[in-house]
Amino acid sequence: MKVPRPWSARAWLDTAHVMIGLPVAVLLGGLTLVLLVWPRLLMRSVPLFTRVQRSRFEAFLGARIPPVRSPSSWRSAATRRQIGYHLLSPFVGFAAAVLVGLAWGGAIVGLMSYLPQRLQPPPMEFEEFDLRDGKVVAIYLAIGLVLLLLAPVLARGMAALDLSVARTMLGPSRSELGQRIETLTESRAGVIDAADAERRRIERDLHDGAQQRLVSLAMNLGLARATLTDLPEPAREAIEQAHEEAKQALKELRDFVRGLHPAVLNDQGLDAALSGVAARAPFPVKLHVDIERRATPTIEAVAFFIVSEALTNIAKHAAATRAEVSVRRERERLHVLVYDDGCGGARLDGGTGLRGLAQRIDSVDGSLRLSSPLGGPTTIEVDLPCE
Amino acid sequence: MRVVLAEDSVLLREGLIRLLDASGMEVVAAVDEAEGLLRAAAEHKPELVITDVRMPPTHTDEGLRAALVLRRQQPGLAVLVLSQYVEERYAAQLLASAATGGVGYLLKDRVADVTEFIDALRRVAAGGTALDPEVVAQLLVRGNSDPLERLTPREHEVLRLMAEGRSNAGIGQSLVLSEGAVGKHIGNIFSKLDLSPAEGDHRRVLAVLQFLKIRSLP
Repeated sequence: MKVPRPWSARAWLDTAHVMIGLPVAVLLGGLTLVLLVWPRLLMRSVPLFTRVQRSRFEAFLGARIPPVRSPSSWRSAATRRQIGYHLLSPFVGFAAAVLVGLAWGGAIVGLMSYLPQRLQPPPMEFEEFDLRDGKVVAIYLAIGLVLLLLAPVLARGMAALDLSVARTMLGPSRSELGQRIETLTESRAGVIDAADAERRRIERDLHDGAQQRLVSLAMNLGLARATLTDLPEPAREAIEQAHEEAKQALKELRDFVRGLHPAVLNDQGLDAALSGVAARAPFPVKLHVDIERRATPTIEAVAFFIVSEALTNIAKHAAATRAEVSVRRERERLHVLVYDDGCGGARLDGGTGLRGLAQRIDSVDGSLRLSSPLGGPTTIEVDLPCE
Repeated sequence: MRVVLAEDSVLLREGLIRLLDASGMEVVAAVDEAEGLLRAAAEHKPELVITDVRMPPTHTDEGLRAALVLRRQQPGLAVLVLSQYVEERYAAQLLASAATGGVGYLLKDRVADVTEFIDALRRVAAGGTALDPEVVAQLLVRGNSDPLERLTPREHEVLRLMAEGRSNAGIGQSLVLSEGAVGKHIGNIFSKLDLSPAEGDHRRVLAVLQFLKIRSLP
């Protein structure tokens, strides 16, 4: 820890924190003690007291004590810890304030001994320490100097002690934090799975609905085009155009739906699904897939999305002549690498495409590395966890 | 020609029946799930089966699995699989299932080009192949295509069109080559893929099979 100098802002803030802490702690501690008789009122006041203390730590020390969301009842461990803190803090506050106060006071008195007689505080009662004696003055001065240098350190230490007590008793405990992380992890996995299921549902709806209708429409138009050869020219042209448009719409819808979630991914895994994506890219793509055991459906979906999105990005922005995709499983990790020889300059904070990728990867605790110097080539390396 | 049709979308099923009728084929049974397809194929002894890949109850690949079963049970039966998306993996399974009888695997979109679709049907029924260009494109993205790396780009193109099921004349037309030149390319492909002349006409299918097997099947 850096030793604060006596004249630094840090030293003054620490000292202020400790000195103001005493009356605040005494007031709140006293109120808590009194309110022990009216538990219901105490339950309501404790969160308020805690807020006051938290804001003191934030104001003087810039330290945030994470709030605890807990039911206000005697049974809640967090509430009991908070009550404990308010009862304990007057003692901590007293000890701290006395120590820090004495240090500053001693420093001032000691240094004042150097001043001319008439500016000095009234002489103390100890006969043997005569301030007219040069030796005594030197000792006083030395003690004053030491205390001056010590006071900020003491203030720092006391503030830190106060803070650590407050952190333990006012903030969430380790097990509470652990529990919260567990809940968050679970709910996040739930959200990801739900989003994944939703994509599958949309894919299925489109497959069973719009796509079949469009195929049927295109087929009927094709049948009309093939059989109605004696129609007047404009009518034939109209049918031809409608037929071509229906086919184009089919193709667009198919590409879109396949990007959502390819059915083959469920049945046959990443390897089979990726060959479709790679084949539809408007530039040659080399694909290597080396997976012994299949990953979970969520990880497979993320990996598929990465490759699919990366190839789309390359087609849109990179002006590449070729790309390479490699997917490799090494024990608990799935490595995905997408390389292209395009113009480079891709940035994670640039467009939405790569950011979307990064978010998707984050959501499963994967990592992303991007190398894309201006002029290319671009390499995206992704590491995904898989059991 | 007697055809059994399996497709779960009523709209498309009715449309296909009309289309086949119009082209002089007889749809002897039209069903909407894989079990029904197996029963109908056993009962009606058709010459050609047309099936969707995704059908009830699981809506995954039961149509394809039914097709594989049929090809094992009734050698010589021509099978055309239609799908919203074509996957090279499915195509490989289908082609590897038996060396006899025609086989086809097309994107549903191809139905829209009526004449070409009917041509493909006839080709499959006659024991040939009809592979969707999308499937063929998927085969080219594989990195470990050793036997194929010996082929020149032109031979590659010829093999691709062969895999789609085109005749020499058809290949010549689309690449603007004479039939003789196509035949020469094909001869080179056969020798580069170590297919001896003794195997006769099946060399065409074998070359395509090799093309499909460049990646190992699970």
